Amino acid sequence: MNNIEIKNVSKKYDGFLLDKISFDVPSGAIVGLIGENGAGKTTTIKSILNIIKSDGTVKIFNKDVKQNEKEIKQDLGVVLDDSFLSTYLTPKYINSVMKDFYKNWDEEKYNDLLKQFGLPDNKLIKDFSSGMKMKLKIATAISHNPKLLILDEPTSGLDPVVRNEILDIFRKYIEEDETRSILLSSHITTDLEHISDYIIFIDKGKIVLNVPTDELLENYGIIKCSKEEFSKISEDDYISYKRSKYQYEVLTSDKSKIKKKYNIRAIDKPTIEEIMLFYIKGER
Amino acid sequence: MNIIITNSSELPIFEQIENAIKEAIFSNELKEGEMLPSVRSLANDLKISFLTVKRAYDELEASGFIKTVQGKGSYVSPKNLDLIKEEKLKEIQNYIEKIYEVSKLSNISKDEVKELFKMIFEEEL
Repeated sequence: MNNIEIKNVSKKYDGFLLDKISFDVPSGAIVGLIGENGAGKTTTIKSILNIIKSDGTVKIFNKDVKQNEKEIKQDLGVVLDDSFLSTYLTPKYINSVMKDFYKNWDEEKYNDLLKQFGLPDNKLIKDFSSGMKMKLKIATAISHNPKLLILDEPTSGLDPVVRNEILDIFRKYIEEDETRSILLSSHITTDLEHISDYIIFIDKGKIVLNVPTDELLENYGIIKCSKEEFSKISEDDYISYKRSKYQYEVLTSDKSKIKKKYNIRAIDKPTIEEIMLFYIKGER
Repeated sequence: MNIIITNSSELPIFEQIENAIKEAIFSNELKEGEMLPSVRSLANDLKISFLTVKRAYDELEASGFIKTVQGKGSYVSPKNLDLIKEEKLKEIQNYIEKIYEVSKLSNISKDEVKELFKMIFEEEL
């Protein structure tokens, strides 16, 4: 079962093309979207939510978003980068608005979350720190017990302690009901390394990589070798390489094969960030 | 149960989990019929992907250490002495392979190694 299925989603702006994006978000999974600023992460998310009109099909809970938007959104929790909570409101007031908006709004859960996140319910939002604001947005997004949570850059601009607290909120959310899913974008790849089950890497409007996170971390490797050693490696066995004065660095998606085939010893485990840089900056 | 995961290990993470659970079963810390944590909750506690935990559970099930009941969870299988023996034999084989390697590299003859074996085993008697 997939909670999101998107097929051939395209969107053209002046000087930017989101080019036939297709992927699934399986039930029970956390999927991370990574990519540079301007690569198309937010455009993808906004297309899924039908906030911007784009070509292609988007299905959420097996229903077409364009035709069933209202119904689907009752079971959807969303936090966008530019989500707006008026700064002259209090968390308590948000509760009274949301109660009318969502059929499943769970007031008790919302109040519990505020307590748990240390958010005062009578203070104006303008006096909140950015970490508190993000926690409030998340509390607001999950208090109607949605089946799917979609977040654009939920951890950017926050300090490591708050970022970790937020990742723990996501873990708890998905553990409560294992048919739930989360789709989140981030350019902080270390966050996604620790939370997502699948990584989708978007570059210049195209998906260049869509793999289980553990495969990325276990099978990919960075070979460090000399120019002579590099010249022996077949083009089919690496993704891209970087040259420097004293060594070649080569990204491979199957490090155990390389180890055996070329008898190379120096192979490092890459981080997602390093893999991303090889795709964007590496030579081929 | 302790599950210690390190990125610096040569072993892939799913294998580290697999070994930790096997060890807990050998030492009887995890008892026959006991339920293992759900895939997602273990993944959350270890801060890794649920696919990694699932792979470890699948391997444990394939080798007969645990049994997964769809929709319920995974349980420790009744202790199978053959299985434990096989596991231990595998471990011994690994050591012997190392002995073989070292003796080859250093040009020590088969007979000399055999002598050493005899000495150690007979000392015990």
